[in-house]
Amino acid sequence: MPVFAGSELTCLRGDRLVFTGLEFRIAPGGALVLLGPNGSGKSSLLRVMAGLLKPLRGTLGWDGVSVADDPDAHRAQVQYVGHLDAVKPVLTAAENLAFWAALAGAADPAANARAALDRLGVPHIAGVPGRYLSAGQKRRLNLARLLAAPATLWLLDEPTVALDRAAIALFEGLIAEHRAQGGMVVLSTHTDIATPGGENLHLDEFAPYADEEAGDEEVGDEYEEEGAGP
Amino acid sequence: MSRFLRLVARDLRLSLRQGSDATIAVMFFVLCVVLFPFGVGPEPNILARIAAGVIWVAALLASLLSLERLFQTDYEDGSLELLSLSPLPLEAAVLAKTLAHWLVTGVPLIVAAPLLAVLLNMDAQGFGVLVLTLTLGTPILSLIGAIGAALTLGARRGGVLLSLLILPLYIPVLIFGAGAIDAAINGLTPRPHLLLLAGILAAALPLAPWAGAAALRQAVE
Repeated sequence: MPVFAGSELTCLRGDRLVFTGLEFRIAPGGALVLLGPNGSGKSSLLRVMAGLLKPLRGTLGWDGVSVADDPDAHRAQVQYVGHLDAVKPVLTAAENLAFWAALAGAADPAANARAALDRLGVPHIAGVPGRYLSAGQKRRLNLARLLAAPATLWLLDEPTVALDRAAIALFEGLIAEHRAQGGMVVLSTHTDIATPGGENLHLDEFAPYADEEAGDEEVGDEYEEEGAGP
Repeated sequence: MSRFLRLVARDLRLSLRQGSDATIAVMFFVLCVVLFPFGVGPEPNILARIAAGVIWVAALLASLLSLERLFQTDYEDGSLELLSLSPLPLEAAVLAKTLAHWLVTGVPLIVAAPLLAVLLNMDAQGFGVLVLTLTLGTPILSLIGAIGAALTLGARRGGVLLSLLILPLYIPVLIFGAGAIDAAINGLTPRPHLLLLAGILAAALPLAPWAGAAALRQAVE
């Protein structure tokens, strides 16, 4: 299984540098938790990783093969869950999900959708139109996409927003299972999502001009191991 | 079913369940044309002479109505990001959405046009060519419109901006569309006009999805 890594990544939004010189590396089964205050570039980094946003500088690739050289292969390996739930109000939950599964190339999208909704603990919403779903149900439906259309790398932008405690626990289990099968997860969060053995990436370390403010004692220490893990 | 057809089917299903887009476009088309006898007066000769132009101008305006929403809802609910990350090339996605838009708004115009031609006392010799020009022309309107819809995504008052951007580009379609009908009515061959229309369609078919996809990539960035 290949390694997903980025080096020297610099991201520009509007005319503001969000982060510079960012490095990361995710091995199969790995998890990367993006930490940092609001506006530190967590969402931007996830969008860069997904390929929605082009980095100003730096490279991103699988086993050294740049994403820019083979964007199709990259897209086939990635599932992105952003802030927006992409739920059509007039389609039922199952139809919404089956469409994305079919677009990803699932052989039997309807069956995939049903199974994914079961796994997320919401089989009863399958026939409910999107407009009648609560925020938490829409979020579960969006997360069900990860199961209905399997991909190696999950990019999750604050995935637990609007989820209740039970759903968060359920979702932690799904992440653990995905990683046990060799999948990779990158997520940003403000709540705690248990990712045993995952690495933390503090984005404020890569803020431009951070060196001048904080001195240079941080150089070369991009990663912090999260020690405790069962 | 291929990914392309899945997307066409989804958009058709969305339009049919929401129900409004198709009926609004064709109702607007009919009303727009029906207003002319009231404004110009019910003189049959005058109406017969302006019929081709009136029907074509009304078709242009009707196809503009729902264009603004071509990518808008997908953009707002995050579907566009997922579409651009899906294995389906974004160019094909633009073409699929444009095809669905044409099926929903363009085809009803083609069906309604002969009735309006009767209403305006158009010479019966022009009916066949009218349907033919609209069949060639309305897909061009949807394709060019798709570029405008992609470019104005996220803009405030995008609909007005879209009209200003797109209407000038519709002029060649209008000239050759109305010209072909006039030629047929006056006993000339409409062939050159039809060939030019077909040429524009052949050019728009690959170019519009390509330009639209480029604009969409900017919009989701």
